Amino acid sequence: MKTAALSALVLAVVLSSPLGGQPSRPAAASARQAKSYIPPKTPWGDPDLQGVWNDATSTPLQRPNGVKDVLTDEEAADFQASLAHDLTRDRRDGGADADVNRAYNDHWMDARRLKITADHRSSLIVDPPDGRIPPAVPLPPERQAARAARAAANTRFNAGLPDDYTDMSLPVRCIIRTDSPPYLPTIYNNDFQIVQSPGVIAIAPEMIHSARIVYTDGRPHLNRGLRQWLGDSRGRWDGASLVVETTNFRTDDGVLFQGANPASFKITERFTRVDPTSINYEFTVEDPATWTKPWTALIPWSKIDPGEQMYEYGCHEDNFDIVHFLIGARNRQKNAR
Amino acid sequence: MRARRRLVLFFFGAVAVLGVALAVAQTPAFRAPHRADGHPDLSGIWQAFVTANWDLQDHDAQPGLHPELDGAYGAGPAGQSVVEGGEIPYQPWALAKKKANFEKRGAVDVSNDKTWHALGDPELKCYMPGVPRATYMPYPFQIVQGSNNTILISYEFTSATRIVRMNWTQESPADAWMGWSRGRWEGDTLVVDVTGLREETWLDRAGDFHSDKLHVVERYTPMSPYHMQYEATLDDPKVYTRPWKISFPLYRRMEKNLQLLEFKCVPFTEELLYGRFRKPGAK
Repeated sequence: MKTAALSALVLAVVLSSPLGGQPSRPAAASARQAKSYIPPKTPWGDPDLQGVWNDATSTPLQRPNGVKDVLTDEEAADFQASLAHDLTRDRRDGGADADVNRAYNDHWMDARRLKITADHRSSLIVDPPDGRIPPAVPLPPERQAARAARAAANTRFNAGLPDDYTDMSLPVRCIIRTDSPPYLPTIYNNDFQIVQSPGVIAIAPEMIHSARIVYTDGRPHLNRGLRQWLGDSRGRWDGASLVVETTNFRTDDGVLFQGANPASFKITERFTRVDPTSINYEFTVEDPATWTKPWTALIPWSKIDPGEQMYEYGCHEDNFDIVHFLIGARNRQKNAR
Repeated sequence: MRARRRLVLFFFGAVAVLGVALAVAQTPAFRAPHRADGHPDLSGIWQAFVTANWDLQDHDAQPGLHPELDGAYGAGPAGQSVVEGGEIPYQPWALAKKKANFEKRGAVDVSNDKTWHALGDPELKCYMPGVPRATYMPYPFQIVQGSNNTILISYEFTSATRIVRMNWTQESPADAWMGWSRGRWEGDTLVVDVTGLREETWLDRAGDFHSDKLHVVERYTPMSPYHMQYEATLDDPKVYTRPWKISFPLYRRMEKNLQLLEFKCVPFTEELLYGRFRKPGAK
């Protein structure tokens, strides 16, 4: 999570800003205040969430230490500038290694990821109030061992020495990317297209190409034994909000956020149109086997310019990287001998 | 004079009424239920029950690629051609290439970016299948017919997704595995015009193929509450001598609470594609 690595500079700026005068309002409450807006309805009477939406933002998931929850205009401008400085790949400072890494430069990135949320929050997490993921619970030995094995694979990969394709993450292998909930902003392809028909809502993320089909016709979840990469989603309408509960995730490493436990993991998402061009996307995850309490994040989605299109994100079909990584590793090992 | 004209008008009027009556008698009695926008609702889970994914043309039952390992599991069923007239009108060079494709359908070599797509049926490698192949693979697909000029089609095979933009007239901005789809209604028939298809997809396991100039026009016509007729015309002046057509019914899957499940096949192909690059002695 690069955005969490906030520079000391911005902390100093934000902390030294005058904090008096403007009362800090809880972010979740501010988001929910938008309820006066009445969203359009589909011909069959459901709130209409259809369109292409983008969730890019520089606001970090977790609040940097010492920053207050909602910033004044001036503080927000400083915060945003500092995050953008950290995130941009068009910088030339930092030496040769950093420079090589930044060859994958801002041309390829979503420029919308350089702006913080319009409500000037300093974290996407709105609960707990400190804007941080709650403390982890101690893990049983088998989960500790699984995490250690994963960490060792990551170390091999980062050193340019993956043993084989299983040392790479699910996104690198093009199995799942941002198509699995919770939907979190990333460096590019932050679009989501929603299409509704009676009893069914399809959410098609740009990256990768899996549409998540959410049934709102009241049918039960799949039996627990049937597990999927994107889980099994059921939705219901709560006023103007679409509430989606997803279960039945696969147990492979890396499927769940931060290695949560599929047996106890639960995610609830709320999609609420708050004005003609915005959806509030709010998710709550709970897993008593991983975190000491549930936590909730709120990410604004903006309707993309009608002149823009959502593109197909082929990934596996031209996954040259995975072969380059492996051939590179074999050559390194050969040359080291 | 006037009386005679009236008589003539009456005569033509009677013929017209009779003609309408005959036309009604000849068309199927089914009229699809319409939605608020006046168009039929194609939403639901559909599947083709043809063997065209093995071969669009007439084909005998056949063994799999590795009968010594797969036995009858890997074998393919016989089937009759879904091609109008039976044969695909290939240019001579293209017919030779189709045969070569079939011979190397099970070969894979991803060691060189430049020849990455040269070998093997893309289905074997779990690549998005393109149009129209996605329609007749032996997996269901789901149509989600939106109310905002958008129809989403989600295919079970590798979770491929397609957005049909209704009354959209733009050029395809970039080639895509599932192409760019423009939809329109002709009466109760959904007509989808598809271009911008990646040239690497195949049409079946028999090596049938196309180029980047492929232009597909699909027609989905409701025939009963439980089935619709599917037609696709394929035009590709680089590969065929004339446009040609396939057709077969699509059946609505009727199981209670049936839903589209995942067939994310990447993990099923990684050993085939990348196993040879493993560190010697690892695992």
